[in-house]
Amino acid sequence: MKKIVSLLALVLLVSCKSEDKKEAEIAPKPLKTYSKENSSVKSYDFSGLENLLKKQNDTTYVVNFWATWCVPCVEELPNFEKLNADYKDKKVKVILVSIDFPKMVESNLLPFIEKHNLKSEVVHLNDPDANSWINKVDKSWSGAIPATVIYKKDKRNFYEKSFTFEELETEVKKVF
Amino acid sequence: MKTTIKIFAFVLLAGLASAFTYKTTIASGYKVGDIATDFSLKNIDNKKVSLKDFKDAKGFIVVFTCNHCPYAQAYEDRIVALDKKYKKLGYPVIAINPNNPEKQKEDSFELMKAKAKEKKFTFPYLFDEGQKIYPQYGATKTPHVYILQKTSKGNVVKYIGAIDDNYGDESAVKSKYVENAVDALLKNKEVSVKETKAIGCSIKA
Repeated sequence: MKKIVSLLALVLLVSCKSEDKKEAEIAPKPLKTYSKENSSVKSYDFSGLENLLKKQNDTTYVVNFWATWCVPCVEELPNFEKLNADYKDKKVKVILVSIDFPKMVESNLLPFIEKHNLKSEVVHLNDPDANSWINKVDKSWSGAIPATVIYKKDKRNFYEKSFTFEELETEVKKVF
Repeated sequence: MKTTIKIFAFVLLAGLASAFTYKTTIASGYKVGDIATDFSLKNIDNKKVSLKDFKDAKGFIVVFTCNHCPYAQAYEDRIVALDKKYKKLGYPVIAINPNNPEKQKEDSFELMKAKAKEKKFTFPYLFDEGQKIYPQYGATKTPHVYILQKTSKGNVVKYIGAIDDNYGDESAVKSKYVENAVDALLKNKEVSVKETKAIGCSIKA
């Protein structure tokens, strides 16, 4: 019996340890952090961003690819903001991945975040070889934006479309 | 036990259902090897243009592009360069604006004329009036390229995708997908990279 307990303890210890290691590994390192007055945005290449698409915890992640110049993206942003606010205590996290050109981050993206007072986490993706990473987001993605991934652990859905708040809520509940 | 089976059956069914909806959303438009439709679309000089008008062409570099999209704009000079290089070799550029100006006012026919003048387009810049041609090709964004080879059976799709692998910085391009494909076709060789993906602005229909 004692043996079993100690074995169990060992297993627990080992699994905890590997869990810690995993957490450390998934802290991505940004290429650059842009800051302006009250807003700041971390810029990643795809290998950095990929960690945000693979989190293995109890949170449902809603990852939206957008840009400040993309009219349908900007139109649907309030719906993502509302989702982020309404589901704050229900383990739903919205991540807005801007693919604005790097030279537009300081001139357009940061002012946009301030003007619209965005509360969801905004990150910037700077990886021009899109052919190398689009399929890694989802094989069905043609590359057009807006595009959204909704996932929790290994349950995952991808959408190349615009969302109303109701549609977004329905899709989030599917993986909830 | 019964409930487990029920749950299992439900999950299976749900999985199946989602698999089907998934399929219907992606299976549209041309694949490499398909015969592309010809069209008769209005050019910026108000004349209609069809692929059959190009008697001496060996094929076409059809580019769905537009005025407003920053990705399309980033490629404007490169599209002009493609036409300059390949028109004389038998592969002219045919640009088509698939957007509905009622949804995206910068993509109006009048502004297409202004764009062509400003950027000195050397190729037809056609307006997909009523947004009827782009869905047949399966274009989803701008820019989106289809390379066609003229054969006895019609214009065969040989490549679908991006112009090259770096929209932001032309000097950092490693793979010129379109040039490589046309070069291969001109040598009667198989196109090695037949499909690529790129970020672009969704088409506004």
